[in-house]
Amino acid sequence: MQTPAPVDYARATSVEHALELLERLGPESRLIAGGHSLLPMMRIRLAQPECVIDINDLTDLDYVKVEGGELCIGAMTRHAGVLDSPVVGEHYTIFHDAERLIADPPVRNRGTVGGSFCQADPAEDLAAVGSALKASVVLRSSQGTRTVPAREFHAGPYETVLGDAEMLTELRVPIRPGATSAYTKVKRKSGDWATAAAGAYVVLRDGVVADVGIGLTALGAPHFCAEEAEAYLVGKEPTEEHLAETGRLAAQACNPRADQRGPVEYKLHLAGELTQRVLRQSVARAEGRA
Amino acid sequence: MHVTMTVNGNEVTADVEPRLLLVHFVRDHLGLTGTHWGCDTSQCGTCVLWLDGRPVKSCTVLAVMADGHEVRTVEGLEVDGRLDPVQQGFMEEHGLQCGFCTPGMMMTARWLLDHQPDPDEATIREAISGQLCRCTGYENIVRAVRWAARHPGEPTTAQDASQEVQA
Ligand SMILES: Cc1cc2nc3c(=O)[nH]c(=O)nc-3n(C[C@H](O)[C@H](O)[C@H](O)COP(=O)(O)OP(=O)(O)OC[C@H]3O[C@@H](n4cnc5c(N)ncnc54)[C@H](O)[C@@H]3O)c2cc1C
Ligand code: FES
Ligand code: FES
Repeated sequence: MQTPAPVDYARATSVEHALELLERLGPESRLIAGGHSLLPMMRIRLAQPECVIDINDLTDLDYVKVEGGELCIGAMTRHAGVLDSPVVGEHYTIFHDAERLIADPPVRNRGTVGGSFCQADPAEDLAAVGSALKASVVLRSSQGTRTVPAREFHAGPYETVLGDAEMLTELRVPIRPGATSAYTKVKRKSGDWATAAAGAYVVLRDGVVADVGIGLTALGAPHFCAEEAEAYLVGKEPTEEHLAETGRLAAQACNPRADQRGPVEYKLHLAGELTQRVLRQSVARAEGRA
Repeated sequence: MHVTMTVNGNEVTADVEPRLLLVHFVRDHLGLTGTHWGCDTSQCGTCVLWLDGRPVKSCTVLAVMADGHEVRTVEGLEVDGRLDPVQQGFMEEHGLQCGFCTPGMMMTARWLLDHQPDPDEATIREAISGQLCRCTGYENIVRAVRWAARHPGEPTTAQDASQEVQA
């Protein structure tokens, strides 16, 4: 039987209260949102915080809204809430594509957007979505608020730039008129983490790619992105030849590790192939074909 | 820590260690052993119960996190001796063999039917995809949920149902 080590529990009643608790209880305390990454780690004692600070009562962080030309998703929005949101789907189908492939329905009822970003699991799907969309995250501490690009938020596997007494409150994505997007994932079984996954958005102007974002997960791509591949495709028509080259460059940005999900060559092949698929699908969506 | 929550409509209070998982609270402290506990790794879904009206894996929630909240377990499906159509569907369509996965299956099925009264097979399979069954091959579970969808207003007493199955 797996049981967490003894731990104290505190419940935050507001963002300010959560920040105050984080400061008072120090670096050995941890926020607990959905708990679907933290509790599994506590059960196997990979994590042994002295105190968990429950932020599930912060329902004011459970929202999706459009504000100042950005799609804003509160940190306590559950995966299921993202999946159910028509506003999210209207602007960025990539979120719905990804959420359908994240874990399973009961896990999606609990896991949160904030928890997903802060966990910084190298196979986290929303990390790839955030990077693909060149999103940003809003971080709050008692000192104030700062906004960090998603592509600078993750410092490595399970590491972020989040300070000890800092909290992620919101994910923001610029709304790009005419943008279309898609996400796809290869996994061993229903509900599994990614063997490899990719997401993208494109903005087409006169049949040419005016803007593009590519995100990759479980592939060891630094910051979950592939900037050279993006730079290559901008200004080009999304022909099969150009997409193939973009896929090749995206795979070049990856540094996957062999594990029980597959060898390195296979994962690099997936990086290129999945990049092409999400770009092809984004283009098809732009042209009203999908 | 002192916790108070509503479980199947009844208020319960207890003193628990903060590290206690909700599944163990429900089973060991409340004696509601209908909720099963299987993998310990958030994978199998047999521990699924409702927290504030939504199916969640109770091995991945601390009991203290449910303080002040509402829990519904598989025992809460039967009301006044009348089986929920989902329970009856599992009997009619042989939706269980060893029965280990059944509580989680039923709790997600009930939630699905509350939100989508007439789901097709693909929707049912997606809804139960967080639960593993090692016996049935899922076919009869899907049929059981379809049965419940076709018989929404026909709750039977447990006695009637078991007589029917024996007959
Ligand atoms: C069986 C299973 C399958 C899964 N499959 C997938 C999958 O396929 N793809 C995928 O991407 N994920 C998957 N997950 C992970 C799931 O998406 C988690 O819910 C998510 O990673 C973490 O969200 P959470 O709210 O549960 O975070 P928690 O576990 O509560 O927290 C995770 C970490 O983030 C910190 N934290 C949480 N919220 C904040 C905040 N607002 N500010 C600062 N720090 C915060 C916590 O202190 C902790 O360190 C799976 C999980 C399980 C159990
Ligand atoms: S015991 Fe909770 S998912 Fe298996
Ligand atoms: S009936 Fe045995 S595990 Fe499902």
